[in-house]
Amino acid sequence: MDRVLPQPTPETQHFWDGCKAGELLLQRCTDCTKSYFPPRPFCPKCGSRKVEVYKAAGTGKLWSYVINHRPRPDIGTEPHSIAVVMLDEGPQMMTNIVDCPQTPEALQLDMPVEVKFQDFGQITLPFFKPAGA
Amino acid sequence: MKQKTVAAVGAAETTELGKITDMSVIQLHADAALNALADCGLKPSDIDGVATAGLSPTELAYYLGITPTWADGTSVGGCSFMLHVRHAAAAINEGLCKTVLITHGESGRSRVGAGGGFRGGGGGSSLPGQFEAPYGPVGPPSMFTIPVLRYLKTRGYSIEDLANVAVIQREWAAKNPRASMKDPITVDDVMNARMIAYPFTLLMCCLVTDGGGAIILTSAERAKDFPRKPVYVLGTGESVETPMVSQMEDFNSSKAFRVSGKKAFDEAGIRPADVDHLMIYDAFAHLPLYGLEDLGFCKPGEAAGFIRERNTAIGGKLPLNTNGGGLSYMHSGMYGMYAMQESLRQLRGIAPAQVPGAKISVSHGVGGMFGASGTIIWSNEAP
Repeated sequence: MDRVLPQPTPETQHFWDGCKAGELLLQRCTDCTKSYFPPRPFCPKCGSRKVEVYKAAGTGKLWSYVINHRPRPDIGTEPHSIAVVMLDEGPQMMTNIVDCPQTPEALQLDMPVEVKFQDFGQITLPFFKPAGA
Repeated sequence: MKQKTVAAVGAAETTELGKITDMSVIQLHADAALNALADCGLKPSDIDGVATAGLSPTELAYYLGITPTWADGTSVGGCSFMLHVRHAAAAINEGLCKTVLITHGESGRSRVGAGGGFRGGGGGSSLPGQFEAPYGPVGPPSMFTIPVLRYLKTRGYSIEDLANVAVIQREWAAKNPRASMKDPITVDDVMNARMIAYPFTLLMCCLVTDGGGAIILTSAERAKDFPRKPVYVLGTGESVETPMVSQMEDFNSSKAFRVSGKKAFDEAGIRPADVDHLMIYDAFAHLPLYGLEDLGFCKPGEAAGFIRERNTAIGGKLPLNTNGGGLSYMHSGMYGMYAMQESLRQLRGIAPAQVPGAKISVSHGVGGMFGASGTIIWSNEAP
């Protein structure tokens, strides 16, 4: 079964283009300097339209997660993490933690993680893995 | 707003509850509505305002033969009915209508005549569709639960503290003949139940059952003429935060809970210490913990101990989720209606697990995955 994939909109296309090119792109407000996610062409903090796209470091920490024991058919058959990482720039992002056992012992809150892109054809998804793994 | 001029004069659930294979969704709404109308001696033609979620108010009004001058289809998940009470109070005060019927019906288990229903998320191009769905969430059990490991770490709570919520609510359910699950359970039972989405086992997740409920509101002045003792609306609150649980501002606290709760308490002019009975929508075992803290009943970090020390249990100083809650009583999908039904039963003095002398009850609801919130403060004494 094909993986459920996002359908980009005009406001988010740059983010998915960035993933395809191996870059995690965030936006920030040039008026109030707030970094934010998910993408939109204005600042959700102050409402300014003066915003810019920039390349994030792709690093952060594991903020919270569940291990889903009833995986969706497009994901697989084994229990897997559905996580939120706190990026070093501030925004939170849902993802899967990969390249490590999908267990509470291996998935420690606050552990450093880094982005790992995986190509699914039209779309490349940003996953995260333990830093240095 | 002059919320205190409005009261609930009729309230009822569907005739049956739990597994109902012979009623479609719209008939569950109607069955509850007819029971609530009978409860207060009204006919459908006496109703001039309708509100519902899951179904459109147009479908509801047509099916029951109501010609409303006010309709509200606010649909923000399971707390929609709290928002309907709030909006209806404003509408009655403004003279837009006199007598409002609010209904819920959902064939959550049997799926008879069930269409979509609210599950959050959305299509592949919505923000949740693009930035959450690709990572494998399967509805609320694997989404609503995502902030919880962070919350437990911040507060110093354990997974057993979650299990304990389910254990104490089962004690309440044992006193309720209409509860789906009545057998006693222990913390070990909850911890050892089938894993759904770590750290949540099956017994930390709500039931999926069939049922409905309806409430009829009118001005406090007219309420005196009805057969039942009115239950007055003292204060109301509502808010929304985000359709994406991953973007919740603080994983340790719901902004929608805080905003909605504060509005309701400020409007009622009371403090948490004045509350005799509390309902906190418990789709999952963590919600009563968040609710106790975000509504001001407990300081952050004290909610788990408050429950462990049996303050919310039978005989405790703050009886909580006295019908057994979504974990043990029933959960059709949008449970907020049942939380309010139990508040109204308690204040009318007809609850199966009656809290002696309860005068003020709070019904606090959640919609989506911490996406929305509604709070209603009720009293059986005229303000």
